[in-house]
Amino acid sequence: MAETLRNNCKALVIGGSAGSLDVLLELFPSLSENMSFPIILVTHRKSGNDALLTDLLTSRTRLKVNEAEEKDRLLPGNVYIAPADYHLLIEENETISLDYSEKVNYSRPSIDVTFQSAAEVYKDGLVCILLSGSNADGVEGLKTVKKLGGLVVVQNPKTAIIPYMPQQAVNEVRSAVVLDAGDMAAFINKLVK
Amino acid sequence: MISEAIDNEQIEMLLSDVLEAHGYDFLEYSHASIKRRIIRLYALDNFVSFAEFRYTVKTDKQYFKRFLEEITVNVTEMFRDPGFYRALRNDVLPVLGTYPFIRIWVAGCSTGEEAYSLAIVLKELNLLQKSLIYATDINPSVLEKAKKGMFPLNYIKAYSENYVQSGGTKDFSSYYTANYSLAKFDESLNSKMIFSTHNLVSDHSFNEFQLILCRNVLIYFDKDLQHKVFQLFDNSLEKLGYLALGSKESLDFWSRAREYKRVKTEKIWRKL
Repeated sequence: MAETLRNNCKALVIGGSAGSLDVLLELFPSLSENMSFPIILVTHRKSGNDALLTDLLTSRTRLKVNEAEEKDRLLPGNVYIAPADYHLLIEENETISLDYSEKVNYSRPSIDVTFQSAAEVYKDGLVCILLSGSNADGVEGLKTVKKLGGLVVVQNPKTAIIPYMPQQAVNEVRSAVVLDAGDMAAFINKLVK
Repeated sequence: MISEAIDNEQIEMLLSDVLEAHGYDFLEYSHASIKRRIIRLYALDNFVSFAEFRYTVKTDKQYFKRFLEEITVNVTEMFRDPGFYRALRNDVLPVLGTYPFIRIWVAGCSTGEEAYSLAIVLKELNLLQKSLIYATDINPSVLEKAKKGMFPLNYIKAYSENYVQSGGTKDFSSYYTANYSLAKFDESLNSKMIFSTHNLVSDHSFNEFQLILCRNVLIYFDKDLQHKVFQLFDNSLEKLGYLALGSKESLDFWSRAREYKRVKTEKIWRKL
């Protein structure tokens, strides 16, 4: 695994769709309590049960889990969940903007939108992980992340409940780090400075 | 995706041109969002270079109409957030119903879906005849659509579900007639609407209202501009009037928020 970040990790964005919840539930209890960067989570889900994912993750980690609000400042040790039905973008001053514009890849929030926006702000300090899912949302975003010097991690399609999304990423993005779900927590903890 | 990298400075120059040539001020919009809209339009319309795009936006009046329509977000739906409409129906409009006359401002109404939803609730509460809905937007072309009251038929199923969840008890299809691919909403609904352009950034208060709806507009503004707009709404709201915001927007960080009281759990505040 030659791929590493040239600089310290400044932000981690995790995107996932169908089949990604299991990975998140397995991942969160093993995450270090001393995260030196914020974690932003973008998953496709139905509107109306926003609190559910927040509650599920809160009960599994000592990190502070927040449903993202517009203008929230991104702080280390915090997890921000993109609310259903809004795109989540990141401003130069490391605050969150929400956007109710057209769906992208039939999705709102779209993983591509957040990956691309985060890449422009954090450049080579960004790590993005794409998990299980049934469409290709996130793949274009990963290309931007790569181009701007960030680190791209993809769930091993063989261990994904729905392999389509990570498989697209493996096919399309050069030198992505491919990890089994079970190895992700250790990988993330190693990014902590 | 386009390969040419557009930096923040280029975006700022374009927006300065727009202010200078057309009088629309987008400089205090949330940067990430407006940048994404601009780059999207630039890629969509196949300009040779960003400089050419900038020149066209600046000098071509016809193209500027398109620019305005495309960089502002005009995604909306009827009875969006049914819980919000339930609160309007049960907690807000009955109070306003005790007044002899109800003036409502839908600020940033886009193509009108919220204004028509509101008119339906007012009608069911027997309040529409004494109400006036001022529906405004920065963008003249969306107002033309709003006036017509015609919405794509393929969205109607979702709207109808929203309507039922919001506490609507009538047959939703009684409010429109299907016309090819469009649903044309009953003219009794827009007989009580006044459509007008209004720019929240630069225009002033134009009346006093008992209810102002401005949902999913302020998310596109930076904090300073949000606070200016809250001041504008405050100047436009009667004592004990209501201000309704989008589900992810809040009055909380405004310096005068204490002069308002939140209505239950929805994003509705009452001026004290």
